[in-house]
Amino acid sequence: MELDFGPAVRDFRDEVRDWLADHLVGEFADHRGVGGPTDGAAWEVRLAWDRELSAGGWLGVSWPREYGGRGLGLLEEIVFEYEYARADAPYRATVNALDLLGPMLLKMGGEEQKKRFLPPILAVEELWGQGFSEPGAGSDLASVRTRAEREGEEWVVNGQKVWTSFGVHADWLYVLTRTDPDSVRHKGLSLLLVPTDQPGVEIRPIRNLAGQDEFAEVFLSDARTGADMVVGEVGQGWRTAMATLGIERGTTLLPQQLTFEREAEALIDLARERGALDDPMLRRRIVDAWISVRIMRTTNLRTLAELTAGRTPGAQATTAKLYASTRHQQLGHLAMELAGPAGQIVGEDYGLDTRQRSFLLSLAETIYGGSSEIQRNIIGEQILGLPKEPRP
Amino acid sequence: MDLTFSEEQDELRKVVRSFLSKYSDEATVRRLAADPRGHDRVVWRRMAGELGLQGLAVPEEYGGTGFGYVDLGIVFEEAGRALLCGPYFATVALAAEALQRCDDEQARRDLLPGIASGETVATLALTEDDGRWDEPGIRLTARETAAGWHLTGTKTYVPDGHLADLLLVAARTPTGVSLFAVAADASGLVRTPLPTLDQTRKQARLDFTDTPARLLGTEGTAWPALERTLATASVLLAAEQVGGAAAALEAAVDYARIRVQYGRPIGSFQGIKHKCADMLVEIESARSAAYGGLWALDSGDATEIAVAAALAQAFCSEAFTKVAAGTIQVHGGIGFTWEHPAHLYFKRAKSSEVLLGGPSYHRELLATRLGI
Ligand SMILES: Cc1cc2nc3c(=O)[nH]c(=O)nc-3n(C[C@H](O)[C@H](O)[C@H](O)COP(=O)(O)OP(=O)(O)OC[C@H]3O[C@@H](n4cnc5c(N)ncnc54)[C@H](O)[C@@H]3O)c2cc1C
Repeated sequence: MELDFGPAVRDFRDEVRDWLADHLVGEFADHRGVGGPTDGAAWEVRLAWDRELSAGGWLGVSWPREYGGRGLGLLEEIVFEYEYARADAPYRATVNALDLLGPMLLKMGGEEQKKRFLPPILAVEELWGQGFSEPGAGSDLASVRTRAEREGEEWVVNGQKVWTSFGVHADWLYVLTRTDPDSVRHKGLSLLLVPTDQPGVEIRPIRNLAGQDEFAEVFLSDARTGADMVVGEVGQGWRTAMATLGIERGTTLLPQQLTFEREAEALIDLARERGALDDPMLRRRIVDAWISVRIMRTTNLRTLAELTAGRTPGAQATTAKLYASTRHQQLGHLAMELAGPAGQIVGEDYGLDTRQRSFLLSLAETIYGGSSEIQRNIIGEQILGLPKEPRP
Repeated sequence: MDLTFSEEQDELRKVVRSFLSKYSDEATVRRLAADPRGHDRVVWRRMAGELGLQGLAVPEEYGGTGFGYVDLGIVFEEAGRALLCGPYFATVALAAEALQRCDDEQARRDLLPGIASGETVATLALTEDDGRWDEPGIRLTARETAAGWHLTGTKTYVPDGHLADLLLVAARTPTGVSLFAVAADASGLVRTPLPTLDQTRKQARLDFTDTPARLLGTEGTAWPALERTLATASVLLAAEQVGGAAAALEAAVDYARIRVQYGRPIGSFQGIKHKCADMLVEIESARSAAYGGLWALDSGDATEIAVAAALAQAFCSEAFTKVAAGTIQVHGGIGFTWEHPAHLYFKRAKSSEVLLGGPSYHRELLATRLGI
């Protein structure tokens, strides 16, 4: 189905399409659809592709011009994302900076921070990692223990972070730290920007279940950063972190949904090849998979329409992640079932094909950005107004 | 493309909700459920006279107000919330739609204004003993004589067929499926109300013996119009199902907030909280399915309508049943009583689930329409 965003953005859409048709060639075209929010495959090619996008002026479509963006509206941003996904371009390697840190700085950062950090993000000169989780603080992020102490014009940071996506590539980390040593829970936290190129920062890759070194653990031992590297106010890091998580849950869904749509189409093709369409049980599950991705699309469109109309998005903006992540996993299981024994054979060095990779990586979708259980707590408490869990 | 509601539409919802909270409150629903006719003519007239609900999507030239399907969907969603009893679905989603789709200008001019004004209660008689909603299921025959067309055979499970003033009947002629209009008092017509599991939506059996009928449109060509009518009805029913599910969940959540066990409100236990959250996910997804269908109807794109309608029924009918059953569970023992409204929603969900053919049928329709 074509999406029509109206005449106002049609020229813009054509411009995006033409540009992608001209530039998504060669090695870039060979890496169509590669990558995902937690997929580090073909990193170097994807980075080169991000630079190509940057040179074309496509990064930060809706960011203000003064920080290197195009200064266009949300609608153009969406149209760009949509066309991008439609063209099946490689998943952007710098998504952490572009979709998470960037919007967070735009919203809560100081003027100096915006001037300093936003242009290099759009120029793909500095890569970022998100340092929220710790070994003892995952779902319970308020129990963060990494400490930061003020020493003259610097913060000195000590602690350990974990599961930092694309951490080994990061030039900078945005780190949730405890700046008031006597504080408990979400009070006394601050969000610091910390450069990784220093002796106090050690980043070790962690192998994920797909065999990739995509996330990392980060050891901070007397790591240093400037006093002016706090985003928002000192002691208000919880708010900043929650705002970022809100963005994370929202922005990944549209491009993901388009990937899922392609997977559903591929699933139907595979079923046809296998003659599985005559099996009533499989047929039913295939149709359900198709229904799921179509519902994801409509749900996202509802949210986007509300945003562009200046309305506060409804409950579907919150339920969408739980729905998409669980349904995508079902789709993956079905694809593997249809692929049969051949789908169980991998390439050299645990080399995975798209289907295998997507299936395995889908298991993370119900964990990161707030696990499904945490999503249910959020929906129950914040949307439905049910009583909170008793907490110590 | 308009994927969100306008302020006018929000206002429409408010007005309809407040009207229905007065005229379709629980006491009224129970009274009408117990009444074999299941319908209050005074309220029906008010719906037409004060709010114009029957003619909302009927073009102005036929006495309606010519609003879109999104607007109509809002009314159905509210009707679902309130478990509105009476022939609104039969009249508006089935009969008025069939009249608008069939290729018969004169019939539209003759029959639609009565529907829009609230004078006429109407329905579509399509299903027969095997309960099929597809073309081969239509076997009742029509015969042409010098004195005009006559119908012989049986229709059953006809929504509100016992009280409709106007029956649109799908019948077979030598050239194919045709649509006929039959007056309630036509000779050779026997109408028998059927006792229903879901007492909030009545059904009837109609026996025709040489019953005089008026052919609508060209003989033998009615199926595409009927198919489109069923697609529209599927979407509007989906909107009704979303409304019913939302009301059921609200009841569950209200109860989970106040019912205390083990010294805590049960809603603070994850077993209950997560169940409610899952129900909301189901409802919001169903909303997307139903609203997607409404937008497709307003776009007028036939392919898109066919797909979106089958999807809406395949998903929303099961969603309503799941949520309604979940609501009984959250309520525990009290949810299992006749006095508690939870069963009214559960039964409406189950009857709506099969009303237009059932989720498996719609999945299959979808598969065919997608070329799977
Ligand atoms: C691929 C991937 C990439 C990631 N990238 C990053 C990143 O870049 N930066 C970053 O900071 N973090 C990242 N994370 C971390 C992610 O945010 C955490 O894994 C997540 O918040 C869960 O925390 P945890 O792993 O400590 O699990 P835990 O919190 O220990 O949870 C374990 C299980 O217990 C359940 N559980 C926990 N608390 C509750 C509760 N209150 N009620 C019910 N159930 C509960 C959980 O749902 C889960 O099933 C990433 C994770 C993955 C998998």
